[in-house]
Amino acid sequence: MTTVRRLIQLLFVVAATAFGVEAAEAHPHVWITAKSELIYGPDGSVTGVRHAWTFDDMFSTYALQGIESKTKGAYTREELAPLAQTNVESLKEYAYFTYAKVGPRGSQKKEKFGDPIDYYLEYKDAALTLHFTLPFKTPFKANTLALEVFDPSYFIDFTLNDKDPVKLVGAPANCKLSIDRPTDGSAQAQTMNEQTFLNGDNSNYGAMFANKIMVDCP
Amino acid sequence: MRNSRWTPARVAALGLAVVAAVMLVDCVVHVASAQNPFGAPKGGAVPDSQVGGIVGWLLAKQSEFYRQMSGTIRAAKTDGTAVWTLLGISFAYGIFHAAGPGHGKAVISSYLVANEETARRGIVLSFASALMQALVAVAIVGIGALLLNATAKGMCSAERVIEIASYGLIAAFGARLVWSKGGGFFRILRSWRGAAMPQLVPAMAGHGHDHAHHDHDHGHSHASAHARSAHVHDDHVHHDHVHHHGHAHHHHDHGHDHAGHVHDEHCGHSHGPEPSQLAGPGGWSRGLSAILTVGIRPCSGAILVLVFALAQGMFWAGVAATFVMGLGTAITVSTIALVAVSAKGIASRMAAGRDGGGAIFLRGVEFAAAGLVLLFGVGLLLGYIAAERTTCF
Repeated sequence: MTTVRRLIQLLFVVAATAFGVEAAEAHPHVWITAKSELIYGPDGSVTGVRHAWTFDDMFSTYALQGIESKTKGAYTREELAPLAQTNVESLKEYAYFTYAKVGPRGSQKKEKFGDPIDYYLEYKDAALTLHFTLPFKTPFKANTLALEVFDPSYFIDFTLNDKDPVKLVGAPANCKLSIDRPTDGSAQAQTMNEQTFLNGDNSNYGAMFANKIMVDCP
Repeated sequence: MRNSRWTPARVAALGLAVVAAVMLVDCVVHVASAQNPFGAPKGGAVPDSQVGGIVGWLLAKQSEFYRQMSGTIRAAKTDGTAVWTLLGISFAYGIFHAAGPGHGKAVISSYLVANEETARRGIVLSFASALMQALVAVAIVGIGALLLNATAKGMCSAERVIEIASYGLIAAFGARLVWSKGGGFFRILRSWRGAAMPQLVPAMAGHGHDHAHHDHDHGHSHASAHARSAHVHDDHVHHDHVHHHGHAHHHHDHGHDHAGHVHDEHCGHSHGPEPSQLAGPGGWSRGLSAILTVGIRPCSGAILVLVFALAQGMFWAGVAATFVMGLGTAITVSTIALVAVSAKGIASRMAAGRDGGGAIFLRGVEFAAAGLVLLFGVGLLLGYIAAERTTCF
């Protein structure tokens, strides 16, 4: 029955190709404008990341559905507290869309985050902004730190704020910051081929649109 | 000896090639209709010229249309003409997005290829499933937000449950197709091989002559009854018989009886519903499962638009936009369905000229397409395919 085996094999290849392109069709339904801060401890170690994510007006309105407020069209921080709670709890499943890698290129190590603290929502100009701080499980010192903010499935489009998108708070003086914005993903898109889709790892499609923040402290 | 060129492996490979071609066409249209993965993350920006051209522009437009919706709905509150703009944007978005709720296109196309479906039914199925998607979206927001004042999280959870259910349905639907198509395919493959065997080894046919002949005599009265029903059931297989008959006859006088017997057994006892039945009115129940499978999962975009419209006090505008979006989606899906159906039509015409291989070829294509539906479902269910997963937070 080699025919059947070959048939099944081929079927998988065809299916995988189809899936790959299917995955590539994802397009964002939510847009987030992000501002981030890297927090350093007094000893120069990195302790966490503080995010302020502003949602697009459609999603902001969607998120506010069913939330009661005293004044129509205005929401206090207290009124939004349960929603903020829901947000950060749900974000855990998505690893907060924040990926920290430490060390020189080639031997990078992922750093894990603990549960978010100091979280709250703000409603201003018809847009919700979610503030939260992600503490690292264990603060660490690093010569090279890369922080990426993106949604692998590209349901959410992250854009770093035009003005002051990233700040280093309390960082040693020799630390230098550089930012890599996703231009349009075309450079990486061109390097993708059938193999990319066949290895089953097409879930990382959104990485092409990652915002990369790099800190070098030589 | 034309037969010797049609080894089963070759036929299977060819069958897959056709499915692959169909999927490829699907994918190309897909990429053309999907949001631009390569360009202009922000609406309005001109996409990179490398990606560029008309396709790149179309891709960028999709995101742009979507992002324009919120502003247009706001404008429609005071300016009635903005409603028309909204409908126009929604229609365009539906056409470009079309991928819409996950894998509707792929499932419908595969389903159409797996069954002997007509182009007209392909179009009807596409429109019906798009309509159902719109209805489900309106129902979720109408019941959830309007009646129950549920939170976004609550609605999103409902959406997710439906999403998982729809993946399960796709898998079940695929399994059902594989079951009915696989049986026919393997049976015809086996009988075809059986018929081809004596021709390749003439000595064996001679050897088996007495035995086969005896069998035939014994089963004769049954056989004729079977043959009649088989004739009604399946033109292809019957046609096959004629071929085998002639072929064996040419080779060996008694081989005819043997082949005839194989035919009777094959047709008399085989198969689930046959293509002719499926394409007829009786096939609607299965067509209905295709509509349900694809249509049950609403588009996240539509739900966002509906909730936004509701908050603006313009729910009806959101509902109208959702249905127009569905209309656009249906047009794209029908186009792809048409391509799939005609691709198979061409393939079957090409195969019709062949000997026994033709029927196997077609059954192989159908079986492969059925397998694809199953794989889609399982892949989605197990999270292997992570496209358009609803993100709740």
